[in-house]
Amino acid sequence: MRGTTYKIFKYTLSDLLRSRWILGYALLFAAVSGGILYLGDQPTQAVVSVLNLVILVVPLVSLVLGLMYHYANRDFALLVLTQPVHRASVFRGQYLGLSLALALAYLVGAGVPFLLYAIGNPVDWAQVGLVLLAGTLVSLVFTALALYIGVAHDERVRALGLAIGIWFSLTMIYDSLLLLFIILAEAYPIDPWVIGLSMVNPVDLARVMVLLKLDTAALMGYTGAVFNKFLGSNLGLLLALLALLLWILVPAWRAQRVFSRRDF
Amino acid sequence: MVEVEALTKRYGTLEVLKGVNARFEPGRVTAVVGPNASGKTTLMKSILGLVVPDGGRIRVGGEEALGNPAVRARIGYMPQDPRFPENVTVGEVIRWIQELRGERGKGLDALLDLFALRPALNQPTRVLSGGTRQKLSALLAFLFDPPVLILDEPTAGLDPLASSRFKDLVAAARDGGKTIIMTSHVMSELEELADRVLFLLEGSVIFFGAVEELRARTGEARLERAVARLMEGA
Amino acid sequence: MFLRRWFFLIWLLVVPVWARTITVCSTCEVRTLRAAFQAAQDGDTIVVDGGHYAEGHLVLKKSVTLVGKNLPVIDGEGKVEILTVKANGVTIRGFEFRGAGVNFVEDQAAVKFVDAERCLVEKNRFIDNFFAIYLQRSRHCRIIDNYIVSNAENELYSGNGIHLWNSYDVDIEGNYVAHHRDGIYLEFVRDSRIVNNVSENQVRYGLHFMFSEKNVFRHNVFRHSGAGVAVMYSKHTLMVDNRFEYNWGGASYGLLLKDIDDSDIRRNVFFRNTVGIYADGSNRTSVYANDFVQNGYALRIFANSMGMIFMYNNFLGNTFDVTTNSTESYNSYLKNYWDKYQGYDLNKDGIGDVPYRPVSLFAMMAENYPQALVLLHSPLVQLMNQAERVFPVFTPKAIEDDQPMMFQILWSKSKPSPSDTAP
Repeated sequence: MRGTTYKIFKYTLSDLLRSRWILGYALLFAAVSGGILYLGDQPTQAVVSVLNLVILVVPLVSLVLGLMYHYANRDFALLVLTQPVHRASVFRGQYLGLSLALALAYLVGAGVPFLLYAIGNPVDWAQVGLVLLAGTLVSLVFTALALYIGVAHDERVRALGLAIGIWFSLTMIYDSLLLLFIILAEAYPIDPWVIGLSMVNPVDLARVMVLLKLDTAALMGYTGAVFNKFLGSNLGLLLALLALLLWILVPAWRAQRVFSRRDF
Repeated sequence: MVEVEALTKRYGTLEVLKGVNARFEPGRVTAVVGPNASGKTTLMKSILGLVVPDGGRIRVGGEEALGNPAVRARIGYMPQDPRFPENVTVGEVIRWIQELRGERGKGLDALLDLFALRPALNQPTRVLSGGTRQKLSALLAFLFDPPVLILDEPTAGLDPLASSRFKDLVAAARDGGKTIIMTSHVMSELEELADRVLFLLEGSVIFFGAVEELRARTGEARLERAVARLMEGA
Repeated sequence: MFLRRWFFLIWLLVVPVWARTITVCSTCEVRTLRAAFQAAQDGDTIVVDGGHYAEGHLVLKKSVTLVGKNLPVIDGEGKVEILTVKANGVTIRGFEFRGAGVNFVEDQAAVKFVDAERCLVEKNRFIDNFFAIYLQRSRHCRIIDNYIVSNAENELYSGNGIHLWNSYDVDIEGNYVAHHRDGIYLEFVRDSRIVNNVSENQVRYGLHFMFSEKNVFRHNVFRHSGAGVAVMYSKHTLMVDNRFEYNWGGASYGLLLKDIDDSDIRRNVFFRNTVGIYADGSNRTSVYANDFVQNGYALRIFANSMGMIFMYNNFLGNTFDVTTNSTESYNSYLKNYWDKYQGYDLNKDGIGDVPYRPVSLFAMMAENYPQALVLLHSPLVQLMNQAERVFPVFTPKAIEDDQPMMFQILWSKSKPSPSDTAP
């Protein structure tokens, strides 16, 4: 039974790397970000545009493809679970394989156009690297969420609806409420609250992480002490990374618990 | 040998197993029969560890099965509707299961020939027909020569030749002293293979005994009619 | 008249014969600068060959040329002003001055010229001085190729690298100035030129004008300072071909304009400053053919600035192109290239057919609610800006480029002629 996690991880990855969906995702991402790079004028604008894809597309695709994989593979998972293996190991292997496949597809889709673009054009690798890192982490977060939703719901339509609801809430509704809060609570010292609230949402986290490198100048324009301490130093980057890590570990751990105790 | 003692399971308010007791003997084929939603699949999945029962005990080969994945090394299983990762080949699936079990299994070549699976070895599983998937599933169940076999609708989708070969295989396994638990909607098939019948109705055991005993009790010569009679009586 | 010319010629011939050279070194007859200054006469050259001279405060009242060989060090030991020059035509070349002392009553400098003409300070090193080069009521001077570095950490305990007060016709050229309060400071200065200098890491400003007029600064680099350049209460300043970069922090600017008139800002590059140009009460100033690249705010123009013209500038990758504190504006924006412009050009004349409003909705929002900056680049903000672009309601109509360019303006290749400036 030793090494089950690794074996399942290997199988999942080798299955998914041949998947047309994953391949299509990588190609489509490459096409769109390549188009932005070559048709746009400025590599910094391109980084911002790719960041927008990371914020909108990567969570949605990770959720949907994650759920699709989960349901398509449910029957094989059943066969695997009748072998002498621990459920937790099977889950961990599946999560690692699935999230790595999605992260790789993203990295190829977003990274290769930048590499090609770098031939003959100036590229700020610190910015690009941060966008790639942010997208990878977002892939891992939303794959964990997808599996959490998947293991808790047998009906795939319901699960898909829930996933899309979560996606919309995190990308749009949450920020709207945050903006409303900022406007309404203007008179109060809300800086720490605003920072804290932007650390709660993984999509915001990824965005703020890139922001710290991309728009340092603009962010420094506002002289609130808490803001500057957080945004103007590596502390913000470190905290954002840690919070994203929590966003990966907590849903993955919850999903593993459900997976280990549920009936198949 | 598989022993089930006072097994209970409820899904929400629905009691699926109401204290099931059963002893599946080696060298016997036990047919688990009953109407739809009578608890057949839940019983088998409990033995396999796929369903976590609310109460009772399960022993496989004398060893506690609940929370003990190691006992599954002694069980071979054919699910009702086998599916495999769609982008990998038949050969890879076989190798994966071998790796997971940590053993090569016996007579892989013979089984490949028996089910005529050799030409499919390099095909991705998504192009396989239902029957071929069933054959692959059978191969995986028998490959490791396990003392216990749990077969859920094993012949569904099999062509007549494969079906008859499969039945020969089951008969040989029974004669080799294996404990076999199976379900089927094809009563003639059960009649051909089964030594004993476990009749489940709404989660309770209505009848558990030899086929002859069932015939004697119901006065019907044919198993199908005997079972039908049991259902009517309940 | 005839006689005077002949007299001048004879003077030219005779003076060099009279001029002597005094050599100062540790083994020479003259071993101190003070002794050399006493012995020297107008027109003499004092050559100092190596050595370390800590002679307290020196005063030079003769028109001599001071030449350092093997980099002699003149040390104020952190206490005094090192050298005060009260004579015309003095040249100082090839020395290292260090340790002019901090003083809160008097601006102590490494080299201070008082009421001097035709001075030349060339190829010296100024290390850890309070003020380095100081001109007071002086004119026709040249400050060339000096290396000026101090250790300023705050405004209170630091002085300026090159400080001009009440002077005119001064050339400041090819100097490197770092870690002072202001790199170069000009107060009541006119008709001077600041060319090819690098000024960086100043506590306050790279270059600072106060109450000055008719000055030019050209081809300089100003970076990593509170503001690259601050022009205050001045007029007729020409700012051409400079690079303002990496001036960022809480209150940092590439170019800070405060109450200035009739100036010209051309062909400069503003790269990664918190604010590219900050204009508060600036009038009749043209901002012409500059590049604003990756600044937080390319332009922050207050409504008390009037008659400014922004034309043929490139705005590339700035977080915010223009912000302001009012919906009113008395400045014009024309024929700039805005990389965020999404309009079209049906008649293919290179000019977009729809006007561009460079103040985005979110920029206005962030002006009022600065914490909203954490939502920068979020899909919500993108959506808001996009909606505002399609149906403009909130963004000021007064700030609009009616003829936005479709392509980046390559002014470095085709320099615009002055006649283009008047729209």
